Amino acid sequence: MEIGLGHFLTVAAILFTLGIFGIFLNKKNVIIILMSIELMLLAVNINLVAFSSYLNDLTGQVFAMFVLTVAAAEAAIGLAILVVYFRNRGTIAVEQINQMQG
Amino acid sequence: MSLTALAFYLFASITVLSGFMVISSRNPVHSVLFLILAFFNAAALFLLLGAEFLAMILLIVYVGAVAVLFLFVVMMLDINYVELREGFLQYLPVGTLVGLILLVELLMVVGAWQLTPAIDATPALTADPDLTNTAALGSVLYTRYLYVFQASGLVLLVAMIGAIVLTLRSRSGVKRQDISAQNRRNSKDTIEIKKVNVGEGI
Repeated sequence: MEIGLGHFLTVAAILFTLGIFGIFLNKKNVIIILMSIELMLLAVNINLVAFSSYLNDLTGQVFAMFVLTVAAAEAAIGLAILVVYFRNRGTIAVEQINQMQG
Repeated sequence: MSLTALAFYLFASITVLSGFMVISSRNPVHSVLFLILAFFNAAALFLLLGAEFLAMILLIVYVGAVAVLFLFVVMMLDINYVELREGFLQYLPVGTLVGLILLVELLMVVGAWQLTPAIDATPALTADPDLTNTAALGSVLYTRYLYVFQASGLVLLVAMIGAIVLTLRSRSGVKRQDISAQNRRNSKDTIEIKKVNVGEGI
């Protein structure tokens, strides 16, 4: 059976759903939530690269690189905020995080 | 089944399984390690698609930088993970419901979509078949997408400065070397010569 575009899209769809599911499942643990976001961005990248490959069009790969950049920046900032929050409060439970508002 | 199909099913199933382990494992360190496994297999999927450069970038950026950053934070912070897992099952029903609905919808889209025939007639950016994937990407990234490329560099710069500003703290009571203060000292300020008479003391 030939591997087509639909196969890759299916993998990406499952991975994206797992990311969403992870956010619901680990509602208190910000680290896992950040990892779920990374999973979702990975799924988006798989979609972009799959379309790029099957349509013989480089734009998708260029765009996937930009998604990668933004994902790296987002992870760095998110983890920095997490470290500061942990320093101030001694926990990373996100339920009381609205107490940060001024 | 061809070798490509076999490789695809292997990598795809490991990607999905490790993605599931990321969100369900009890230990966050295991989660990060499974995330690395998922990235490795996604890079292999990229290789199957012919995007070698992105596969390598995925390994370097994600496994080399982002995942290690996650690992650092998980291991550095002394977090009570047992407490964080309370209510794990509380959101399971609604999470499963939303996830299933989303998955079914996405799979229906994947099963039913069709490319419009016009898309073959209007390729936005066809790759030169003589170039390798890396060369082809570079030839468009630095010409056609130059401004976007620079903007993504700016995004990284802002993220770097932001992360430093957020986490930098000046602690009091830390002894550091102050070279100019050391050079400013001279013997007149620090050494005092006293005349001690015999049998008296200071």
